[in-house]
Amino acid sequence: MLQESHTGQPPRLSIAITGSGGSGAVTTGSILLAAVARAGFYGLMTRSAGPQIRGGESAAMVRFGPTPVNAMDDRFDILVALDWLNISRFLDEIPLDGSSLILTDPAGGAVPPAILASGAQVVALPLKAMADAVAGGRLNMAALGAAGAMAGLPLAALEIEARATLGKKSASVADAAVACLQAGYAAAPGKPLVEIPGTERWNMSGNEASGLGALRGGIRFVAAYPITPATEMLEWLAPRLEKVGGGLLQAEDELASVNMIIGGSFGGVPSLTATSGPGLSLMMEGLGLAVASETPIVVANVMRGGPSTGIPTKSEQSDLNIALYGFHGDAPHLVLAATDIRDCVFTTQWAVRLAEHLQTVAIVLTDQALGQSRTICPPPAHFPEALPRLVAEVGDEPYRRYTLTESGVSPMALPGQAGGMYTADGLEHNPRGTPSSMAKDHLAQSEKRQRKLTDFDYGHYWAEISGAGPIALVTWGSATGAVVEAAERLTAAGQPTRAIALRLIAPLRHADLAQALAGAEAILVVEQNQGAQLFHYLHAEQALPAGARSLARPGPLPLRPGDIAAAALARPAASPNQEH
Amino acid sequence: MEAATSTPALKAKDYKSDINPIWCPGCGDFGVLAAMSKAAAYLQLPKERLAMVSGIGCSSRLPAYIDSYGFHGIHGRSLAIAAGLKAARPDLTVVVSGGDGDGFSIGGNHFLHACRRNMDLTYIVMDNEVYGMTKGQASPTTQPDWTRSKLTPRGTGVRRFQPTALALAAGASFIARGFTGDPSDLTRLIVQAIQHPGFAFLHVLSPCQTYQPEQKDWKHLVHPNAAEATDDPVEAARRIQMDDGMSLGLLYAQELPSWQPPHLSSATLPEIEAEFQL
Repeated sequence: MLQESHTGQPPRLSIAITGSGGSGAVTTGSILLAAVARAGFYGLMTRSAGPQIRGGESAAMVRFGPTPVNAMDDRFDILVALDWLNISRFLDEIPLDGSSLILTDPAGGAVPPAILASGAQVVALPLKAMADAVAGGRLNMAALGAAGAMAGLPLAALEIEARATLGKKSASVADAAVACLQAGYAAAPGKPLVEIPGTERWNMSGNEASGLGALRGGIRFVAAYPITPATEMLEWLAPRLEKVGGGLLQAEDELASVNMIIGGSFGGVPSLTATSGPGLSLMMEGLGLAVASETPIVVANVMRGGPSTGIPTKSEQSDLNIALYGFHGDAPHLVLAATDIRDCVFTTQWAVRLAEHLQTVAIVLTDQALGQSRTICPPPAHFPEALPRLVAEVGDEPYRRYTLTESGVSPMALPGQAGGMYTADGLEHNPRGTPSSMAKDHLAQSEKRQRKLTDFDYGHYWAEISGAGPIALVTWGSATGAVVEAAERLTAAGQPTRAIALRLIAPLRHADLAQALAGAEAILVVEQNQGAQLFHYLHAEQALPAGARSLARPGPLPLRPGDIAAAALARPAASPNQEH
Repeated sequence: MEAATSTPALKAKDYKSDINPIWCPGCGDFGVLAAMSKAAAYLQLPKERLAMVSGIGCSSRLPAYIDSYGFHGIHGRSLAIAAGLKAARPDLTVVVSGGDGDGFSIGGNHFLHACRRNMDLTYIVMDNEVYGMTKGQASPTTQPDWTRSKLTPRGTGVRRFQPTALALAAGASFIARGFTGDPSDLTRLIVQAIQHPGFAFLHVLSPCQTYQPEQKDWKHLVHPNAAEATDDPVEAARRIQMDDGMSLGLLYAQELPSWQPPHLSSATLPEIEAEFQL
């Protein structure tokens, strides 16, 4: 079985088809190669024949994978033996080993001992009987169907290419071939014997991706109230949460849903809610409670046009301000933004891990343009670190829920732990958790809640950076795709441009951003809202030079690469802070 | 793990924390604290599996005074926190407490939906017909002609909220009323409420000595229910309509479906992810 290559090569698969004259080995190989291409892979086919001018034994050898293939492998994964006549002439050209598979029909004769000596496993199928059951059917098409199934190729790709090749003869020949393909495909062992990781592509929406990221991060409890355009995330999660041992509670309103997930997380179960702007507004008091009580929770906020009911069905990046500043009091928390549909998985998974590990609130911003769009993409990356919630080891010492630690994170006791009893509180408290209005406790606890976020090492995940050059485009969220394309166009046009898409917006990674912007002569902050919310945030954080400019305009019209490129090249205005 | 047989029986005082209540002298809520700890001792609830959840207000301070897990949340949202906790941790005994303002005004919507969701929670509302913590404003259960608040100098002029009627209409499966002046009866009702498999609403008359001093007369006004508890909602509704608000005891109890996530564990994450693969 082929796995991700340890040599760093992309995974590939090799199939050899052999047969005597007239068995159709080369035709079979040609259709296989075409089907491989139709399925989205690159491939290479070589062939080998005996000395006859016409009609002798022949072999077709196909290797395919996700990137161009320029050489045959050291070995073959599958040998499709249409028959065994003169097979010895190919023995040296088709190396097999203990993990190879031999597809053959016992009715065509026993596997020669020299072949079996390789240790390859035999997959015996009644290919001849399948072909005989179809008027005009041929064994090679039944074999191709089975081999295609074993290789994990879609049946449709095989059918289309068989028709393209054999339909030239006649429609009935093509029909017979397809019937044989279908019979062979259905007869192959239940799931592909050979997995080709990395060649896989996924079809997913952003809301589904966020839901999957939540599950990957460990979310097992969700409470939420329906709201456009976040509802599909909840509908995706509801049955799947149950399948992995969790549950979803449809709340009576967003005031309830945020407090429900605080309760679930207090119980030790990683918990999330999903909503959109109006719901996020209703949740703000509860989010403050989670910050004060240091109860980890995640809010997936799928933005839409605002304010108020706004444009519920269309996209806008205008909830950054409330995500950053909506809390009363000093309430340090995390704000993250997915950079594309596929990244909704990674960013949500990371957000869950961070919230759990840092015992805080993580708000993940996506929007209608990500959530309700679909993409074909490679399998989404996993966030590689465990970052578990720190659970208290309770013993004879009195448990101090909010004890002051170097990191600022205090190990958390969970209900059921004897000796860890405490009362979580939104009232300011001392390290033990007892309510306190004393200045020294407020100072120490406020400082701890801030320090645990600002001092944490977030690694390189804080942004997606591409390209290089004196022009820097800074952006976030669904604008990233257009910004990256604009940077590529500018670079191709002789104006080297870099693109920086923030994934972790708060706390801002000052040093990392300064390094990413080093040497930039022109900086343009691009976002889809009226108020230039990211631009103002970055200025408030003193993260931008005075000459930085803003390209900000409200939804629902998407930002276009051409507009962004043009804005990047426009002469800076005399008073740049006025321009947006 | 300690063997259960070697664990000495817990007494009521073992359930009290070492934090001194901030309540005014003579506050009815002391009676609820005493009854709650006696009920917990009667049931021998493992302290680490008991969770006390509350909102904001004088009575919502209760969790800190019980030696168990607790969550002192925000105003009006105790039932939401408790529902989430119970959904995630069905193994816990979850007791919710709060006052009339917290439960019937700012938290009124959660009260309705907690009743109809019928999760296995106990909800103790200490009703003193006043907002005490903010120094004496009218609550939903205050008499309409009560003029002692500067906020409503002519009284609220609004009819009182009927907690038991609302609970019944919203689908609660256990409705009872207790009085802090009758601690042994109150203890018995808390035990019954915790034992009830579903949402148990316990309305407790808990006098406020500071802002409603007339309530010291409640001890002369309360009286037991005229009849045994019923499981018939029509009969319960009739009794509630005839009630003077001072009748004590279990009014209505019925076993109704209780909402709880199924916790199936029928698939692995890779199996779920496979649906995205082309």
